[in-house]
Amino acid sequence: MSKRVAIVGTGQTFHKSHRPDVNGQEIINEAVMRALEDADLKIKEIDAIVIGNMDHFEGINYVDCWSVDGSGGMMKPIIKLTTGGTTGCTVAIGGYHLVGSGMFDRVMIIGWEKNSESDTTGAITTAFDPVWDRLVFAGAISGLAAEAQAYMARYGATDRDGARVSVRDRKHATHNPHAHLRKEVSLEDVLASPMLADPIHLLDVCPRSDGACAVIMASEDVAEKICPKPDWIWATATRHSYSYLGDADYGRLTSMREGSQELWKKTGIKEPRKELDVIELYQPYSFGGLIWIEDMGIVGPGEAPQYIWDGNTDMGGELPINPSGGVIATNPIGATGLIRCAEAAMQVMGKAEGRQVPDVNFAFSSGFGGCWWTDMILHGRKKPE
Amino acid sequence: MSDPFKGIEPMVYQSKINVPYSWWAGDTASKFYITLRDEKIILGTKCETCNKVFLPPRKVCPSCFTENREWVTLADEGTVLSFTVARRRFAAIPNNKKVPVIWGLIKLDGADTAMLHYLDEIKPENVTIGMRVKAVFSEVRQGTIRDISHFKPVQ
Ligand SMILES: [Zn+2]
Repeated sequence: MSKRVAIVGTGQTFHKSHRPDVNGQEIINEAVMRALEDADLKIKEIDAIVIGNMDHFEGINYVDCWSVDGSGGMMKPIIKLTTGGTTGCTVAIGGYHLVGSGMFDRVMIIGWEKNSESDTTGAITTAFDPVWDRLVFAGAISGLAAEAQAYMARYGATDRDGARVSVRDRKHATHNPHAHLRKEVSLEDVLASPMLADPIHLLDVCPRSDGACAVIMASEDVAEKICPKPDWIWATATRHSYSYLGDADYGRLTSMREGSQELWKKTGIKEPRKELDVIELYQPYSFGGLIWIEDMGIVGPGEAPQYIWDGNTDMGGELPINPSGGVIATNPIGATGLIRCAEAAMQVMGKAEGRQVPDVNFAFSSGFGGCWWTDMILHGRKKPE
Repeated sequence: MSDPFKGIEPMVYQSKINVPYSWWAGDTASKFYITLRDEKIILGTKCETCNKVFLPPRKVCPSCFTENREWVTLADEGTVLSFTVARRRFAAIPNNKKVPVIWGLIKLDGADTAMLHYLDEIKPENVTIGMRVKAVFSEVRQGTIRDISHFKPVQ
């Protein structure tokens, strides 16, 4: 990268199950206006726009063009990026590349979704191979359930361990006014909720939300003039590993392991458990909160359940995970990864209000896609060397 | 020349993507459609910064990036900015329209943007750019853009 890059402002909607009062362009605009306000910038000062959402979810193909009323993209360079569930993190990484290249000083990054407007499973099915996988595919949850089963068999984890993760995230969400679901639940509530695909109960998984998020990135030449304490991007990594459903190592997230190893190597992090201060994990179901932090190297294989039962990832613990309530509380899919990025940035900037973790030096945010893809960002308070 | 496909039975899979949608129009478009349906009145929104009047009504002016708070009642008459004629039947033509079908870009009096709609009650060879047209409302109105049946020449 020829320029160092920082996040100087974020904005998001109050996420809900459906927003009949606004169309897609208008919900995008709410997030964009809030990000501009947060950074104290005018739309004229934005040099380029990156936008993304899920293919087929709203049935609008040229979202980059169609959305200019809301995004502020009128007569500006604008590009759409879409990579399934990882989209929100991908748009952030795309914005980072645009600013880091030195070609743009201030870039607006937008992720959005009106999940209420279509049939999620019908749309997601189009991500799978038409000749091999589609005819025998049973929706997003079944793949996650197969991962959880394989992990439990390998390490002796139980559905109570998964439920503990859901209890944590749903409790955290009560401190986030933007979260869609803000209701505390007990272990018993999770285990008594309807079984969707063994071992996943209804309260183990994310909802479908309407919402949008916007993040403004700026180059080192202007970042500190816009925001005295910006959130510096230290490194990013992307791994898209899948071709066919049976290719993955069920029970381990290979893309997370390889991506995070790249991230630690690039940034000189030796002990992520000690050096990270907060994690915003794209974790659409509770068991991912066990498996994937092992793949990140936070704890060893099979050690996540005990680590989480001991309260280490709760607010006030050694390494809080998902202070926002995470994906289990809020899931406008194309925005979900960018919300992780925005929430991590807010933690670094000290703007996370009721969900602030004290003294954040390093924060981690990620994106996840149904085909076992992962992308990720390391955020830091200090300017990278 | 040898036939490259000799001895090969290509497998072809027919399929369909089925994704039902229900799009929220939002408060701004809803007000437009309800007024059109119930009162046969065409509304636009106005930007207080640049004074531009939008049809379809926009909640935010895309140039000024400020909220358009003012509603303006537009005339049901306007000017044809451009047009085209379809002489062959194709899928986008509604069942109750017979070819030749004429589409016009019509700028209503009081609006700064044009709308695309049908021209009718006129022969294609008589349509001209700059001609004056008037909205004909549908008998049965359901809150869609086709609550305007078509535009006809002003006599
Ligand atoms: Zn204006």
